[in-house]
Amino acid sequence: MKKIKIDNIEIEVDDELTIMQACEEAGKEIPRFCYHDKLSVAGNCRMCLVEVEGTPKPVASCAMPINEGMSIRTNTEKVKKAREGVMEFLLINHPLDCPVCDQGGECDLQDQTVAYGSGHSRFDENKRAVKEKHMGPLIKTYMTRCIHCTRCIRFADEVAGVNEVGALNRGENMEISTYLEKTIDSELSANIIDLCPVGALTSKPYQFEARPWELKKTETIDVMDAVGSNIRVDTYGWKVKRVLPRLNEDINEEWISDKTRYACDGLLMQRLDEPYIKDNGKLGKVEWSDALQQVSQLLRDYNSYEIAFLSGDLCDLETLFLFKKLSEDLNISNIECRQEGCNIPFTDRSQYTFNTKIADIEKSDCILIVGSNIRQEAPIINARIRKQKISTNLPIGVIGAKFDLTYEYEHLGDELNILSDLTKGKNNFIKKIKKADNPMLIIGNSVLNRKDSLAIFSLVEQLIHKHNFLKDDWNGYNLLQIAAARTGALDLGLYKKGGSLQKIYDDIEGDKIKLVISLGADEIDYEKIKKSKIVYIGTHGDKGANNANIILPSAAYTEKDSMYVNTEGRLQYAFKASFPPGNAKDDWKIINEISNLLKLNWEIVDLQQLRSLIKNQYSNLFEFDGSATSNYERLLANLDPKAKLCESSINYLIKDFYLTNAIARNSKTMAECSQARNELSAV
Amino acid sequence: MLNNKDKIFTNLYGLESFELKMAYTRGDWDNTKALMAKGPDWIIDEIKNSQLRGRGGAGFPTGLKWSFMPRDSIKNNYLVVNADESEPGTCKDRDMIRNDPQKLIEGCLLASYAMQAHNCYIYIRGEYYNESVVLEKAIAEAYDAGLIGKNACGSGWDLDIYVHRGAGAYICGEETALLESLEGKKGQPRLKPPFPANKGLYGSPTTVNNVETIAVIPTILRRGASWFSSFGREKNTGTKVFCISGHVNNPCNVEEEMSIPLKELIDKHAGGVRGGWDNLKAIIPGGSSVPMIPKNICDDVLMDFDSLSAVKSGLGTAAVIVMDQSTDLVKAIARIAYFYKHESCGQCTPCREGTGWMWRILEKIAAGDSSSAEIDKLLDVTKQIEGHTICALGDAAAWPIQGLFRHFRDEIEERLKKGSFAA
Amino acid sequence: MSFKFNEESQKLAKIALAKYPDDRKHSAVMPFLDIAQRQNDNWLSQDCIEFVATQLEMPFIKVWEVVTFYSMYNTQPVGKNFVQVCTTTPCWLRGSENVVRACKEIISENPKEVSSDNLFSWMEVECLGACVNAPMVQINDDFYEDLDYVSTKNLLISLIDNKPLQIGSQIGRQGSKGINNAE
Ligand SMILES: Cc1cc2nc3c(=O)[nH]c(=O)nc-3n(C[C@H](O)[C@H](O)[C@H](O)COP(=O)(O)O)c2cc1C
Ligand code: SF4
Ligand code: FES
Repeated sequence: MKKIKIDNIEIEVDDELTIMQACEEAGKEIPRFCYHDKLSVAGNCRMCLVEVEGTPKPVASCAMPINEGMSIRTNTEKVKKAREGVMEFLLINHPLDCPVCDQGGECDLQDQTVAYGSGHSRFDENKRAVKEKHMGPLIKTYMTRCIHCTRCIRFADEVAGVNEVGALNRGENMEISTYLEKTIDSELSANIIDLCPVGALTSKPYQFEARPWELKKTETIDVMDAVGSNIRVDTYGWKVKRVLPRLNEDINEEWISDKTRYACDGLLMQRLDEPYIKDNGKLGKVEWSDALQQVSQLLRDYNSYEIAFLSGDLCDLETLFLFKKLSEDLNISNIECRQEGCNIPFTDRSQYTFNTKIADIEKSDCILIVGSNIRQEAPIINARIRKQKISTNLPIGVIGAKFDLTYEYEHLGDELNILSDLTKGKNNFIKKIKKADNPMLIIGNSVLNRKDSLAIFSLVEQLIHKHNFLKDDWNGYNLLQIAAARTGALDLGLYKKGGSLQKIYDDIEGDKIKLVISLGADEIDYEKIKKSKIVYIGTHGDKGANNANIILPSAAYTEKDSMYVNTEGRLQYAFKASFPPGNAKDDWKIINEISNLLKLNWEIVDLQQLRSLIKNQYSNLFEFDGSATSNYERLLANLDPKAKLCESSINYLIKDFYLTNAIARNSKTMAECSQARNELSAV
Repeated sequence: MLNNKDKIFTNLYGLESFELKMAYTRGDWDNTKALMAKGPDWIIDEIKNSQLRGRGGAGFPTGLKWSFMPRDSIKNNYLVVNADESEPGTCKDRDMIRNDPQKLIEGCLLASYAMQAHNCYIYIRGEYYNESVVLEKAIAEAYDAGLIGKNACGSGWDLDIYVHRGAGAYICGEETALLESLEGKKGQPRLKPPFPANKGLYGSPTTVNNVETIAVIPTILRRGASWFSSFGREKNTGTKVFCISGHVNNPCNVEEEMSIPLKELIDKHAGGVRGGWDNLKAIIPGGSSVPMIPKNICDDVLMDFDSLSAVKSGLGTAAVIVMDQSTDLVKAIARIAYFYKHESCGQCTPCREGTGWMWRILEKIAAGDSSSAEIDKLLDVTKQIEGHTICALGDAAAWPIQGLFRHFRDEIEERLKKGSFAA
Repeated sequence: MSFKFNEESQKLAKIALAKYPDDRKHSAVMPFLDIAQRQNDNWLSQDCIEFVATQLEMPFIKVWEVVTFYSMYNTQPVGKNFVQVCTTTPCWLRGSENVVRACKEIISENPKEVSSDNLFSWMEVECLGACVNAPMVQINDDFYEDLDYVSTKNLLISLIDNKPLQIGSQIGRQGSKGINNAE
């Protein structure tokens, strides 16, 4: 701790702080443009100048470490003059177009002009005009407004790990651009829109849509992957206008992926807004009562062993709970949430969760990645790994395809038998694992739906038991889930031990299963189940609906209050920001009404009651306050040590990052991103 | 006037060949091993005692600067020689490199040894292509003769010297911008702290010195600190190479005693001011970054750091730019303002935005399209830049303008009123 | 990508690279760009830039930043004789506008315009560090000093006529020595 004085008040602060941070602790607001606490210090805007006793020149507080006994002045005439000066310089070439600027109302420059500007301009020259730069389908540029803070460059270099943004030329001709104005090839690119303190980088899809103060803001949870990024959904009327990140240091810090941000236009396209029934091969609109009657009739008509329940990637926990309950009450054992066909007979929660927790990646000193393209599967987690790589240069080994993960790693090879080399100590990377105090292993779902996945899983088990992965205060075993609904669904038991999707396909093929209830299961292969009758409950006219005999329209993630469990096993609450279209209904209500028709006597009248049912039943599993349980359960001992590995290369589940679910597939913006990336990779 | 025998740069004009065999005859590399045998502490003390101040512009005491270098660091220490010489008016390092390079190379060895550096980079401005060719040749000769490289001069010390060419950027003369440039980046000055002596090139302790600073080291060590400090005044010692340009009869570079009167310097070496001393209007005594001084100050000011700063100017790089009565001083300064606008790296706000603004206002004044209020505004803008930037380029851009109006404001206003500018 | 270092350039590149620590090869970006520019008729095409970036394992944008930052990298073709006239104050005080006038007359009215025979282009530049020999021009690698209108014209005409040139002072003085000065 060091003793310093700020505006004549003595305080004691941490040794490592900068003057700016110390001032913040003392409750003194220091204006800034270039400084951002998640980026390196640039010190270029010069807005944060303060006076330090004994130094002739004012100093940039963001960049200057404190010293014992320092006396800092934040409110002198000199400081005020310096700030006014910087403001004036920033404004001389800045267009006065606030009324038409998308940043209007959220602009640091606008705010600080009010607070620190001198109120009039003495600049009589022509303002500089800078050509717009193409940066891809998400980012619209108005480069004349740029104040050269370089946050965008630093974000791309440091967080996103794509060195694609730069400042060209020098002096007053300096311009921000990508190389030859190419699209920024990053899943996190649009975060630079939030970072840009002015309206130089704005949201292309959101252009001129609405003014910030006209929007209703709802704090909720994202479902585009299993990370559970904290977001804010802004709505105008009942339309979702934009999605922004919300700070959660444990999960997404203040970033979100481009899909999380921009798939939301898919919420307005191809929506199912009425129940449909197929008659003579043609779907026709029907009343809810008719549709529900028919579904319950079907459930009565078939024997329980002739029915399969399949659930999808975006389902909320409440609905999954009722879906499971319905299956139990009807004695249906064919239930499966694992749409890609994972066949591991999980026996403990810690086998399928990201046990290390996202934030604790920053404690790890060695990471082994098996069969996961993390950059596509969870860009936010990948950014955390990159952060740790940059700050500690920890060893990272990858078994699988040689993807560009935005950081350096050792590619151990494509072949999964490297895992068995590792267990036998034959691969050199094992030395690094051995040395590590807090090693992590991350296994992806892409290797858990293969013929040899039991063998793979058992090798992983051997490996983690041999080394430091599992300790009293550290769990380094992680299964990275891809789907927002998955961890919760596994928690509630929506899978059959010893079963798998393949088994269900086979049983349909063999006429043993004749009715499938698809709860938003859009990622399965409908070719393989179309022999059966299909009831589809979901939001979009996507694969499921196209193959259904009966369609029950439901609410999307922004349209309901619900719960999700992320890959860490963390239960989080989503809140209703808008309304389902037309006559679509909350999913849990649909299942509940079916139960009524089937006279199952659930007597659930509202969401609250439903949630307390879940709480009662699962109080040992979830923390209901949004924190993640620290689960240090060890994996069960070896499944099948003798199982053989096959030689086929890994078939990665995500083929196109931008099109991984029904909402994203219906998003115009995601389609553009997908196309832009294809164009980039074609070059 | 400095005696020939006390000149350090005896081949400043290239009357003889730069080659090693000739350098020997000029006394270079004369028992360097013995100097080194006295040890790094002795060298640093001797330089401290000589009162040598850096010749790159800021005039920081060289011995003191060297003593900041950690000598037990686990990382490599570096010496970086600043041969970027881009300050308008300045062209002395060029002569030392093209005509007397062994002085610099020997200086590199002694300085590197004193600071325990095994690697030395000489960053030379890109436009000095022919000079870099000479320098590379001279370095190769020194390697071949065992003067540098492994066991340099038989001293047991290893030293490698590399030449790195710039590519046209005044800012790369600023020491941290130079280091960025050397690392393969744009030449944008770094924030300090950390200072180069702690974290310089490649994150290692580094000292950056001007060519002249390093090139005078061997002679100081050979002839002794007291010999060097016998020239000039207290704290402003030694001999110094002056560059005299502009309105003089014989523009030239010349090595003279520090603290020589400005008038004597010009009269003796540059053939006097064009049209005689009375035709003098003003002089920029230390390169474009320092404020000009009017004739009445020039009459008796001494050419050293402290005398010139006492008259609110500076010795800078000792580049004397002479302007006679025919000079449109506003235009002369506007052209300098344009230079700074052109050379601003663009990194920090006051410099990026302010240099262009100042230039534009000056052009207006030069065109007669201006007013007294406009001059006040301009001076205010200089104050908004001065002291608020990451590096000293901001100050360098502001000071010449302040100097102009400090001494000639009345005259300029008079002319604005009469409209005689507009002509 | 069609640009590649030729044999000569490869040699130079190897020498350049050897100057920097093995793990610091980005340091070689300036020498590499210079080598590429010399091989490519004194300007850097997109190909050159991408080639250098690939050689040094640098992101394209970072090399592009460097190229656009330094004034000696030409991003447009220049004449075979690239005439750079210093017009900063010390040269201006001694008549650099006459040098510019000569360039306009012999080469072209507009700076940076490559003459139709590709022989010349000219532009004004900032102080080149030969101020006591002002005014001066740089033509490719060489400085020509102590110029005036006539000697500049003669210089350019000699280039057209392919006559040998005297590098340095055009009034016959030795380096930066004052013309009438005693040593
Ligand atoms: C904008 C700017 C340009 C500079 N240019 C040069 C230069 O060309 N040569 C030089 O030696 N020092 C130059 N300097 C000074 C250097 O930063 C540094 O102080 C000097 O090289 C230290 O060497 P010295 O102690 O031997 O003087 C410049 C400084 C600034 C702020
Ligand atoms: S575009 Fe925005 S974020 Fe990037 S440098 Fe300009 S003002 Fe800063
Ligand atoms: S916030 Fe400190 S210089 Fe920008």
